[in-house]
Amino acid sequence: MIHTFIGNAGHFFVVASFITSLVAAYAYIQAANLHNLNAQSWRRYARGAFYLHGLMVVGVVFSLFYIIYNHYFEYHYAWSHSSLSLPTHYMISCFWEGQEGSFLLWIFWHVVLGLTLIQTNKDKQWEAPVMAVFALVQAFLASMILGVVIGDVKIGSSPFMLLRDVMDAPVFALNPDYVPADGTGLNPLLQNYWMVIHPPVLFLGYATTLVPFAFCIAGLWKKKYESWVKPTLPWAIFSAAILGTGIVMGAYWAYETLNFGGYWNWDPVENAVYVPWLVLIAGIHTMVIFKNNNTALKTSIVLVIATFVLVLYGTFLTRSGILGDTSVHAFTDLGLSGQLMIYMFFFTLGAIVLAATRWKEIPTSDKEASAYSREFWIFIGATTLCLMSFQVLVPTSIPVYNALVEAFGGISNVAPPADQVAFYTKFQLWFAVAVALLSGTGQFFFWKKMDKEKLKNELALPLVVTLLLSAVIIVVAKITEPVYMVLLTAGLYSIVSNGSVLVRLAKAKVRLVGGSVAHIGIAMMLIGVLFSAGYSKVVSQNTTGMLIFKGDVPEQENVDNVLVWLNDPYEMQDYSLLYKGQRKEVEGVPGYVDKKLLQPTEDPRMAVAVGNFEKDGKKYFSKGDSVKYIAENTFHEIEFTSRANGSQFTLYPRSQVNAEMGGLAASPDIHHELTRDLYTHVKAIPNEEDEKDWGETKEMNVKIGERFFLNDYVAVLEGIKKVNQVAGADVDLGPEDLAVEAQIKVFGKQEDYMLTPTYIIRDRMVGQIPSTANEIGLRVTLLNISPETNSFTLGVNTTQKDYIVFSAIEKPGINILWAGTIIMVIGFGIAAYRRYKDVKGDGEENNKNDDKKRLKPRKNPVVA
Amino acid sequence: MKKSHLFGILIIAACITIIMATAGDASTYVSFGEAQQLSTNGKANKVHVVGQLKKSTEGEILGLEPSSDKLSFSFVMVDHNNKEQKVFYKEPMPADFTRSEQVVVIGSYRDNIFVADQILMKCPSKYQEKEVS
Repeated sequence: MIHTFIGNAGHFFVVASFITSLVAAYAYIQAANLHNLNAQSWRRYARGAFYLHGLMVVGVVFSLFYIIYNHYFEYHYAWSHSSLSLPTHYMISCFWEGQEGSFLLWIFWHVVLGLTLIQTNKDKQWEAPVMAVFALVQAFLASMILGVVIGDVKIGSSPFMLLRDVMDAPVFALNPDYVPADGTGLNPLLQNYWMVIHPPVLFLGYATTLVPFAFCIAGLWKKKYESWVKPTLPWAIFSAAILGTGIVMGAYWAYETLNFGGYWNWDPVENAVYVPWLVLIAGIHTMVIFKNNNTALKTSIVLVIATFVLVLYGTFLTRSGILGDTSVHAFTDLGLSGQLMIYMFFFTLGAIVLAATRWKEIPTSDKEASAYSREFWIFIGATTLCLMSFQVLVPTSIPVYNALVEAFGGISNVAPPADQVAFYTKFQLWFAVAVALLSGTGQFFFWKKMDKEKLKNELALPLVVTLLLSAVIIVVAKITEPVYMVLLTAGLYSIVSNGSVLVRLAKAKVRLVGGSVAHIGIAMMLIGVLFSAGYSKVVSQNTTGMLIFKGDVPEQENVDNVLVWLNDPYEMQDYSLLYKGQRKEVEGVPGYVDKKLLQPTEDPRMAVAVGNFEKDGKKYFSKGDSVKYIAENTFHEIEFTSRANGSQFTLYPRSQVNAEMGGLAASPDIHHELTRDLYTHVKAIPNEEDEKDWGETKEMNVKIGERFFLNDYVAVLEGIKKVNQVAGADVDLGPEDLAVEAQIKVFGKQEDYMLTPTYIIRDRMVGQIPSTANEIGLRVTLLNISPETNSFTLGVNTTQKDYIVFSAIEKPGINILWAGTIIMVIGFGIAAYRRYKDVKGDGEENNKNDDKKRLKPRKNPVVA
Repeated sequence: MKKSHLFGILIIAACITIIMATAGDASTYVSFGEAQQLSTNGKANKVHVVGQLKKSTEGEILGLEPSSDKLSFSFVMVDHNNKEQKVFYKEPMPADFTRSEQVVVIGSYRDNIFVADQILMKCPSKYQEKEVS
């Protein structure tokens, strides 16, 4: 049965949310432009429209989730992003796996932020113009999921499309009400708890960049050129904190789930967030300058607008399909590129035109910043951040450049740099050094008046401490690369100088420490990146000296993976390895269960136990029980023994065999230590689907109790027993029939295997059921029984043993990166709180002081 | 000249430097023929080549050759000028490799073999790929 109601309701809510956002935008524009009582009634009306809009958006969210939650696979969205076996918490992630759902998430956050602004903006002067911008943005975003076709023009892609309307499958011609029994599932790489939490945080970050933009536009529009900065600042800092958290969460997800062996790959999708984030931080710094001495207002306006435009540009890059093959994980192209382009140009041109017409009226200050003023250093820092972001923006835009040239009839074949990581690192590293030095030095300019002498005195101690510390670390950590020495020293300098400022501030006024804390966090992140990326070491280099490739490959490649056979110890640099086999996760059972104990059933969520399972004295299931598990997830148990100190640990990198996703999807497993991580991930496993090549049958005659070799393993025929039932085969035995089972024990290197080939005489016909031990690549058939010689003829086939190809990478100091991130976010939080208090009026005095005051040392140092 | 003007000029200079540096390090999309030419001219720059896997008329992939230790593989790729080329990659075969409809290899020639440092695959999008059964 097709549940059309919920889809129609959802679609209605989408259309209604689009219309209400337009109504709200129109009414807020009226309210902003009028000055009398009319304005008030327009505002009330607009507010009502926006509330209604919010309600409609909640309706859309509810409808879509209802469809996913109830497995209505007649809907394309549910069918293509979910499946019956998906646990509930991952249903949340399939909500935003698709483009439509992620737009919806974004829209939802805008509603939340809009309502917060309406509620918190008590003096009402900003509500109308700010919310007008909000409502307009909402109209554009809602149009992306509108799914309305006018003539030949398709506006938006609705998540409420029925499968039969999207797919042109013959089954729908026969039966229009056909509903697939199961969905095609969530991409296994997204089945990770970070994918439940990372997208909402990231999209909240994206959404919050709208707040500073809306205030800035409102300021320009209503000619309140200066006062918009104050309410903007806490939002901008909040946005930077959330966006920064989202970026690092994404990095951590990539580190834990993807298999490129790191956390940051300079993929266009990553760059699309990184670039606006840097510009946003630059904007925060210039706004702080403005609040202190009334300069840098124009720069602040430009940067706040640029941040939002870059977010739009990033959206366009990742969702329009223009990246083509330059990105590994851009969204599927939904044919929205035209709409996305209109969205981007509307706000870009609108903001530029508005700023240009008001440019002359914006107050400027003719003061030249002295090289000994704090503002000068902050400004240099902001400039560095902008250049840092520009350096990433240019190569990321290469596909756009190609498309532009081709649009004008030219031919362009520029490709992004071949080694992206090396390319970006080369530049970003030096920017990072500059940022670290500036963030350290800028902090010494508390007092407006600083001259050479004072600066020398202030700097002397931190410099000495820094140099001592870095000398010690360089020696201890054996840093030989001069570039890394520079980066380390710069990072330490930032930590030491910000730390000394922090201590002083904490005594005076704790509320002001946000900037120092955030700077320390950033510097720690730099040092963490330096060690974990710069000194990341592949420990799985192939040292066997085997001929790596037959044929005419010119030179030996340095291979970063190892091949390890089951239960066959392998010596890798620093570690002895033992691959112990394939494991499964079973619901209600802690840890992992040997795959051999589980017999798959037709239902991919259920298995039948073929043995008992006990752990720590507790019995979890016994032979014949049905257990719940996920068939496609396999964990490979690898035991590591350190050759240095004999310590042991076991890692379980995961492989997912999922035909939909194209075979093998691997997720790493990471061994965490305080000072480093060991990261392993599966590169290849034997393909079970493949028809096994069992080779020729070898016959051998054995007697009971005799020892013999099977595929290089010692084996013994322990006995023969009459059986009444044949395991693994549906054979009814009559009174005249006979079945015997040979019991062969194979002594493996780590464990023993029982093989029980069966010989059946049924209706006077002879049948043989072979017994297989896949792990040791052995299949034995009981071919014949010779009572006269009391011997048995076995047919032996051999194939490859189970194996695993994987790589292992050591990442030193990675915890410094994660700890630095947390500290940075805390710093942003403190700063945002402090600026929020400013807005509320019970914070610091407004800093637009007159000149006389400025000559004196500041009572309340202001730190970015 | 005011300090701020000087500052502006410095920023513009920095931007131009960044663009020039990007242009210098950017790779190019070329055919195998051009790539070979570049390498015989002694230019070791890494290039991008776009093409497809070699297939028989029945759609079977030809020339796929995993190494004996499964750690690397080579394959035959056909570029847009229909030139066939043996490509070597020092990683195990990516999972969805045989299903890719387009392959981009990034690397350079070493003698007569194209050695790929990276392989990007474009797989048929989910929407076309899946069959409703």
